Amino acid sequence: MRALKIVVLAKQVPDTRHVGPDAMRPDGTVNRPKLQTVFNPDDLHALELALHIKDQIPETKVTVLTMGPKRAADIIREGYYRGADYGVMISDKRFGGADTLATSYTLVKAIQKLGDFDLILGGRQAIDGDTAQVGPQCADKLKIPQITYVDQIVEIKDDEIIARRRLEKGVETVSSPMPCLMTVHGSAPACRSRHAKRVMKYKYARTSTELNSKGTEDFLIDLHKKRSYLTIPEWSVEDIGAEMEKIGLSGSPTKVKSVESIVLTAKESKQLSEDDADIEMMIQELIEKHTIG
Amino acid sequence: MDNFYTDTPDFKFHLEDPLVKKIVSLKERNFNESESFDFAPLNHDDAIDTYEKILEIVGEICADIIASNAEGVDLEGPHLVNNEVIYAEGTNADYKALYDAGLIGMALPRKYGGLNFPLLPYVMAAEMVARADAGFANIWGLQDCAETIYEFGSEEQKEKYLPRFNRDGATAAMVLTEPDAGSDLQSVKLKATFDENENIWKLNGVKRFITNGDADISLVLARSEEGTIDARGLSMFIYDRNSRAVQVRHLEKKLGIKGSPTCELVFKDAPAELVGKERFGLIKYVMALMNSARLGVGAQSVGIADAAYREALKYAEDRAQFGKVIVRFPAVYEMITNMRVRVDALRALLYETTRFVDMQKVYEDLMKERSLEKEERLEMKAFAKLSNVFTPLIKLVASEACNSIAYDSLQIHGGTGFMKDFPIERIYRDARITSIYEGTTQLQAVAAIKGVTTGIFLDQIKKYDLEVSDKNCEIRTKLHKMTEAYESISSRVIDLDNNELLDFHSRRLVEMAGNIVMGYLLVLSGQREERFLKSAKLFVNLANSENRERYEYINSFEPSDLNLYKLAEFEELEEQV
Repeated sequence: MRALKIVVLAKQVPDTRHVGPDAMRPDGTVNRPKLQTVFNPDDLHALELALHIKDQIPETKVTVLTMGPKRAADIIREGYYRGADYGVMISDKRFGGADTLATSYTLVKAIQKLGDFDLILGGRQAIDGDTAQVGPQCADKLKIPQITYVDQIVEIKDDEIIARRRLEKGVETVSSPMPCLMTVHGSAPACRSRHAKRVMKYKYARTSTELNSKGTEDFLIDLHKKRSYLTIPEWSVEDIGAEMEKIGLSGSPTKVKSVESIVLTAKESKQLSEDDADIEMMIQELIEKHTIG
Repeated sequence: MDNFYTDTPDFKFHLEDPLVKKIVSLKERNFNESESFDFAPLNHDDAIDTYEKILEIVGEICADIIASNAEGVDLEGPHLVNNEVIYAEGTNADYKALYDAGLIGMALPRKYGGLNFPLLPYVMAAEMVARADAGFANIWGLQDCAETIYEFGSEEQKEKYLPRFNRDGATAAMVLTEPDAGSDLQSVKLKATFDENENIWKLNGVKRFITNGDADISLVLARSEEGTIDARGLSMFIYDRNSRAVQVRHLEKKLGIKGSPTCELVFKDAPAELVGKERFGLIKYVMALMNSARLGVGAQSVGIADAAYREALKYAEDRAQFGKVIVRFPAVYEMITNMRVRVDALRALLYETTRFVDMQKVYEDLMKERSLEKEERLEMKAFAKLSNVFTPLIKLVASEACNSIAYDSLQIHGGTGFMKDFPIERIYRDARITSIYEGTTQLQAVAAIKGVTTGIFLDQIKKYDLEVSDKNCEIRTKLHKMTEAYESISSRVIDLDNNELLDFHSRRLVEMAGNIVMGYLLVLSGQREERFLKSAKLFVNLANSENRERYEYINSFEPSDLNLYKLAEFEELEEQV
């Protein structure tokens, strides 16, 4: 098997398990600075699949690509801690407010700047938007095949990859030529933990924005001069050659109109007798409605 | 996400102890390794930050993986298939997670693949692992054996065996006890003979109660000097599992720590390498190995105690009877608060002891590179003395306390606790071994009594007293009274110059000293962080009443009373032995 070049698309998302009262703005958008952030869970599964390929083909190179504000550099560091070879940040205020269309455009421009690749892996969806659109849009723009809902890579041949998809009613094993893009389902293996030595090696990895911010200690700047791998590349609009009208708010046709808080309540109740037939009927009904089964 | 490191701020607190600065700087040789290893710390703050980051990984694995597998591991246990120990599925997953995170061989030097951690953060990791699953803690904790190879093995042995821990996730075992040599290791019979033709040592005989006996790398105590019957005929050997010359005859069925395989082993011409010098097996190397294992059991006991406390609290806050949650009943909240207070005290003693051992070890290691300055030599000796008595002390008090805390925690669960529905049932069973293995409580008292007779405990108590900033506080007065009582009653026993009497009271005296030490440690902790003040006050109250009871017992005891305890059959039994 030849070594692969893999790009993992990863997003920093609000930690929805620790949501405070000021999590939303009155206009219905997410108040991001007020929220704790995490590595989007599905993206972690994607990273694991990439690292698993690297375990099998050690010369494989894994690059984590993320777009976000300054603090999203945590995603790159997290990628390093768990085993990624490289990390690139796409960060520029002008990218802000992007919907899936503008995001996929921006990611694609960055992927093209990265150069050749064999495989692009991303989570199925991000927990802050749940659209599951960015991966497929990227594949479309790159004009490469895509396999969605992947939970296992079955086999890698020279220019072909076979993967298992996790669907609602079962699994499906499909093959695709490479390069291709895969979105990874939450049923894929959990990501490995951070590795002690990698944490020690990369804990001072910083973007230049971070390095140039106030309060940065001198030793950190010196260290970056000595260990160039600690400086995380940070790409702006110009760096990736993006067109202004296709990025950020101006490139995003999606507008949030309003957000409603919906409280789920039971509308009707059914009285069942202890009769077997009655229970059987209820079970059938639940199966048909996909409540169970 | 749950994390056993971040949910326990005590770890950070104990990492910030003033003595840690010296330990880290000696351990890191003034941070000169950062040029040759890209993961070596640059300075003290960097090292501490690294320990925290790594402990956070341990804490996450403990909470997410090890704790969730514990029940399954306890049920499934290990199996013996074709002379091979197969761990429970969960055990393999636990070990893999720690191996994948690079957490095997944490305390080994970097050139052997380790992280060069002092014992302090390593013992903290051990405590967390034990809180998650005390049985699994043994399998992971046996990486202590690597330390022993590092300390006493030849350079060739170090290069051959040590990198296997971090790189391959090698497991280890201490192969010491035999059917007729349990606490009394001097009676070990397993035979080591030097085969002149093959130029190699060969081991023959039976070992019993060997934790993780089918490990990759084993340290074996064997009789190398034919015709000897005591400790001076014993040497220590490395046996490599790849030789396939040991039969695992039997796996013990146990009350607790069921995930940890306890093996009976038959050595049949098993090739082995001598560690260090012949005849020093028990008196030097195994003693060192046992001391780190005892510190390990101390950590395991504190982990179990903490787990039991948390289970009790969770249950008592949830369970309602007579119209209110049971934690609001005095009988229940007293038990729970006392558990918490004891855990604080035990932890203070555990990490104080660990720092002492660290200081001793860093100097001993430094001595391999250069001769020590006079001051350094004196300091090393002082810390070695402290380690020698504090190690059996923490092993004794923590193992006994974790049993009583697990007992109380199960009690709080009521009938439910007696069923297999809650983790406390397993924790209660797991706790039981801690006061038995690596030297029973009674043997720890024999080792720690030296701290009483030589005055090491008393000197250290007086040193702590000087550090108390509020000279007039009530707790200090109480501790003074406790110290006076301890001093007078221990002198009384010692002055009688009767060894049997001293043995008879040794545990009581050691526990009295331990209580005062823990009282002071909590007071001093309270000076650095206010939250410990409550624990200090409540612990000293508790300890004071316990010490008074011991005092009264010893005080009213006449040496001639010893005879009243002796059974008539004694002489007859001795003849049989």
